[in-house]
Amino acid sequence: MNFTLKVWRQKDSGDPGHFETYPVTGILEDMSFLEMFDVLNERLIVEGKDPVAFDHDCREGICGMCSMYINGRAHGPMKATTTCQLFMRHFRDGETIVVEPWRAAPFPVVRDLVVDRSAFDRIIEAGGFISVNTGNAVDANTIPVEKDRAEAAFAAAACIGCGACAAACINSSALLFVASKVAHLSMLPQGFAERRSRVVQMVAQMDREGFGSCSNTRACEAECPKEISYSNIAKLNLEYLRASLSPQGPVVQKK
Amino acid sequence: MQWKQLLTSAVGKKFVMGFTGLFLVLFLIVHCSINFCIFVPDHGKTFLEVAHFMGFNWIMHILELGLFVGIFAHIIQGWALTLQNRNKRPVQYAVSRRNQNSTWYSRSMGLLGTLIFIFLLVHWANFWAPNRYHMITGGKELNLFERMKSLFSHGWLVIFYLAGLFSLFWHLLHGFQSAFRTFGLDSGKYIPLIRGIGTAYSILVPVIFALMPVSIYFGWVS
Ligand code: HEM
Ligand code: SF4
Ligand code: FES
Repeated sequence: MNFTLKVWRQKDSGDPGHFETYPVTGILEDMSFLEMFDVLNERLIVEGKDPVAFDHDCREGICGMCSMYINGRAHGPMKATTTCQLFMRHFRDGETIVVEPWRAAPFPVVRDLVVDRSAFDRIIEAGGFISVNTGNAVDANTIPVEKDRAEAAFAAAACIGCGACAAACINSSALLFVASKVAHLSMLPQGFAERRSRVVQMVAQMDREGFGSCSNTRACEAECPKEISYSNIAKLNLEYLRASLSPQGPVVQKK
Repeated sequence: MQWKQLLTSAVGKKFVMGFTGLFLVLFLIVHCSINFCIFVPDHGKTFLEVAHFMGFNWIMHILELGLFVGIFAHIIQGWALTLQNRNKRPVQYAVSRRNQNSTWYSRSMGLLGTLIFIFLLVHWANFWAPNRYHMITGGKELNLFERMKSLFSHGWLVIFYLAGLFSLFWHLLHGFQSAFRTFGLDSGKYIPLIRGIGTAYSILVPVIFALMPVSIYFGWVS
């Protein structure tokens, strides 16, 4: 298969950046989108040009490192798919494909298609954890958890922190990411200790990083490669209301 | 950080929108029930009696004050949110296929709200302001029934009202369920209930409002 790629090139965060057009030929239909970039980059290296920088790691859809806004969609046009699991057979032969980095103020471009997503790490640091006593590991089954609750928490835990939700959101809101972490940790007894502070602190950090607020458009859910349900956002909102209205206050830890 | 975040964080600002939005939703039920009285075939007698009750009652004046605070809080927070959220993406995408992941009206709440606001200004100038002026200077309300009849004899004004109500329909179609989601209720077994009531409300309320100018224009009301 042959394609024309229009790829965003940007030397560093200070460079304004621009699109470059590259024809790519001889692509197999079972190659992934990233493998197509490997083919392009090998050619660029042989030609003595700068290869296109892009993020990737596992290439099996579980790590959340790959990104790319492909033809106007986060992780490309397929549902529930990361860019590394997006195959070229889903494109038309001869198609022009526009590839851009995630666009959001808290995700500054580092180079080409690579953006800095450490804002997500700082949101996790603000409350995406549980406290565990030291000593012997406790058998997981000693604490009973209702099955539906365990399943909902597990579904929320599938978030791989890729950032597609914020990249696709018209408000650049990271609320689906935050909501999946809050739903995952606050629904389980192991996460109850920080329940009131977690949600308030994580949202406060999201604000500090410069993400927007949620307009409930559901674009995040449609673009999420892990199909995290946007019901988790309703759960987060309720947790937030509960924590803020509790007479003891949200008990926010001072940094 | 005890109360502040309830109004000022990314989630708190939405609580303000949702709370004032649902307050306006309640108000519209009252407003359209009163207006519906013009369809009682008694030359507007019932309508004028109810309107009089609303105009000369101190409880209503306090509620009216609350209504204005609510409307302006909703509008100002709505515009602020729209602008703040827009600034979160300084470099726009060259290609963006948003229609494939969300509805246009859910992404256009600020625009639809602004259209409703323009409608409201004209609507206030048509009824509320002259009526208040009359009450203050003459101590009596205007005959709003007669005023409706004379204003809605102009086809262009009827079309303007219909356009305003059409914007309201789209705003509510997303806003109603969005507000419940903001408060965490549009979830689980409540989803079909809230979606159903929301869609019915968004259609019924603008249609009932639209019936007034339309029926007066076509002379269906005596
Ligand atoms: C009587 C008229 C109105 C009613 C009944 C109404 C109702 C609502 C409701 C129920 C919501 C959903 C709140 C949420 O998502 O939590 C909403 C959102 C919104 N309204 Fe209104 N509204 C009205 C007029 C206006 C006006 C005049 C503006 C002017 C700017 C406006 C701007 C907005 C905006 C921007 C949002 C979306 C906020 C967001 O999701 O980020 N609305 N409205
Ligand atoms: S919620 Fe989905 S889109 Fe957002 S970071 Fe997690 S996996 Fe990625
Ligand atoms: S590279 Fe790991 S999810 Fe795509």
